[in-house]
Amino acid sequence: MSSSPESAPDMPGRLELERLSDGALVVVVSGRWTLDRELPHADQLLTGIEEGPKADILSFDGTRLSGWDSGLLITLVRIVEYCSQAHIAVDRNGLPKGVRRLLELAFAVPGNKGGKETQQLPLLARVGATAINQWLSFLAVLDFLGEITIATGRLFTGRAKFRRLDLWLAIQECGADALPIVSLISVLVGLILAFVGSIQLKTFGAQIYMADLVGIAMVRAMGAIMTGIIMAGRTGASFAARIGTMQVNEEIDALQTTGVAPLDFLVLPRIIALTFMMPLLTLYADLMGGLGGLIVAVTGFDISFREYYNETKNTLTMTNLGIGLFSSLVFGFLISFCGCLKGMQCGRSASAVGDATTSAVVTGIVSIIVATAIITVVCNAFGI
Amino acid sequence: MLSGYRTNVRPSGPGGEVSGLEPHIVVRDLTMAYGSNLIQRDLNFSVNRGDVFIIMGGSGCGKSTLLRHLIGLQKPAKGSVFCDGVSIWGADSKERDALLRRCGVLYQSGALWSSMTLAENVALSLEQYTDLSPARIREVVSFKLSLVGLRGFEEYYPAEISGGMKKRAGLARAIALDPEILFFDEPSAGLDPVSARLLDDLILELRDSLGATIVVVTHDLPSIFAIGNNSVFLDATTKTMIAAGNPKELLERCENVTVRNFLTRGEAGRA
Repeated sequence: MSSSPESAPDMPGRLELERLSDGALVVVVSGRWTLDRELPHADQLLTGIEEGPKADILSFDGTRLSGWDSGLLITLVRIVEYCSQAHIAVDRNGLPKGVRRLLELAFAVPGNKGGKETQQLPLLARVGATAINQWLSFLAVLDFLGEITIATGRLFTGRAKFRRLDLWLAIQECGADALPIVSLISVLVGLILAFVGSIQLKTFGAQIYMADLVGIAMVRAMGAIMTGIIMAGRTGASFAARIGTMQVNEEIDALQTTGVAPLDFLVLPRIIALTFMMPLLTLYADLMGGLGGLIVAVTGFDISFREYYNETKNTLTMTNLGIGLFSSLVFGFLISFCGCLKGMQCGRSASAVGDATTSAVVTGIVSIIVATAIITVVCNAFGI
Repeated sequence: MLSGYRTNVRPSGPGGEVSGLEPHIVVRDLTMAYGSNLIQRDLNFSVNRGDVFIIMGGSGCGKSTLLRHLIGLQKPAKGSVFCDGVSIWGADSKERDALLRRCGVLYQSGALWSSMTLAENVALSLEQYTDLSPARIREVVSFKLSLVGLRGFEEYYPAEISGGMKKRAGLARAIALDPEILFFDEPSAGLDPVSARLLDDLILELRDSLGATIVVVTHDLPSIFAIGNNSVFLDATTKTMIAAGNPKELLERCENVTVRNFLTRGEAGRA
């Protein structure tokens, strides 16, 4: 850091304007100009230049500078820019060498004058753009669905290329690895259903029917829905993040140029694994939910294990089970479809992977709820 | 805790005169390893204030690992790294923070935060370490971006600019706090020869005007000879440094076959 005997090292930064007899301007910068302290603004000095008589040249005197960093430079940049606009020549020779070089560097490349186009569209145009984007997104979904159908065709004719190991790993990830979280959530859902139901059932001594409530609710809908939500958050997100990261690292481009269809290699194993693991997980979730209800019945309402078991067995039908398992099959496909779709559509940055993951989970859960509503309405219409 | 090596710490700052002989970073008996996998052992060298110091060597010899040790991202298996006499891993967290504040790092890919604009990328360290007003921060950010030729690109996201621009934006972020030491990891990797040359010129310009010490990890020979005035050569076979000094002098005088082969792009081995 340069220093001068005329200035104390801790003297605050000062900015003064002097007018010479020939009309030339001299900007005197003195003291310590570092960002860790309060620095004078250039505004007052620029007003002084503007209000005074027109000058042809402005020079600097930096002999009394005791220290500087970017704090001095941002002020000098403002002064130099002002002079450029006011057609005043600038002589920088009075400044320290390092300052001169940095100023030269700062003005070496002309700025991007256009800047970024951040034009705000009118409301109607924005609505239109949103509608067009939604339509294009819908077309992209249809396109992806079509490609998966074709890939499935390749699978059945033995022409799809993917590693069997990847399929088994996906099955393990979607199946066995998910058992602990499915167990916990399902037992708790069974407990909650039993407790909530018991409040009303107890008032007319019909506690035994909590077995019916828990059994039908879990087997027909809740088992599949809860498992679906767990898998959307767990596995759907993982699919989107992994495929998205591969997109960022250009691994998917590499697959394409190697002649391997990314859809066959990455998407098919995941969709097959989750679609066929979901019914098994749902069956397991139904059992765990029943266990939750049983715990409440045995410990809180003096119902024996055999009574609870018989009541559940009598109330459940294959229709209930069939609806639950069919729903889970649909959910499995939807979750894996959304996860893989968002991963394949992912941009090429870290934040794009985050966006893809979030979108996969949200879309997965929404599609589960919509599918449940449709299945319920259809079952109702057919009296199932 | 200040331990081991000590040196006279002098006040420094942008534009300060560069003595070229005063050790700024000292590496003492450094051994680097990932678990039981030894990377390099018994490294001893100094980086003088104002040096453009090159860490060179073949692929996989541990250049980037050494850089991670110098910037305190990785703990040595043995030995120490001193910066202005303060051991990076011996210092308490406050001292370490103060040391890191004086360093700027340009990573190989720029490592810009993709969810932030270029202005926000540069501003983050200023917001973190200074009490500047938002208006002042905007001015500093704009100035730093203009230094690397990116004036007017403040509102762009990293995904919207080219690889070379990302690197320059990364440099603007690295110099946001007017660092005393600048680390560069493969600065010319992925750049065309003209852009690589411009970046080399920028590195020298920043060294001269900011008075900073520069440490560069590279195996790009034109860059090594254009900007380096001191260097260390790491060897993957012997797992230690086998040469040190000015790269041009090493080219003329070093008799080690590996070093000569490297510096002549294998021509020495063919002769």
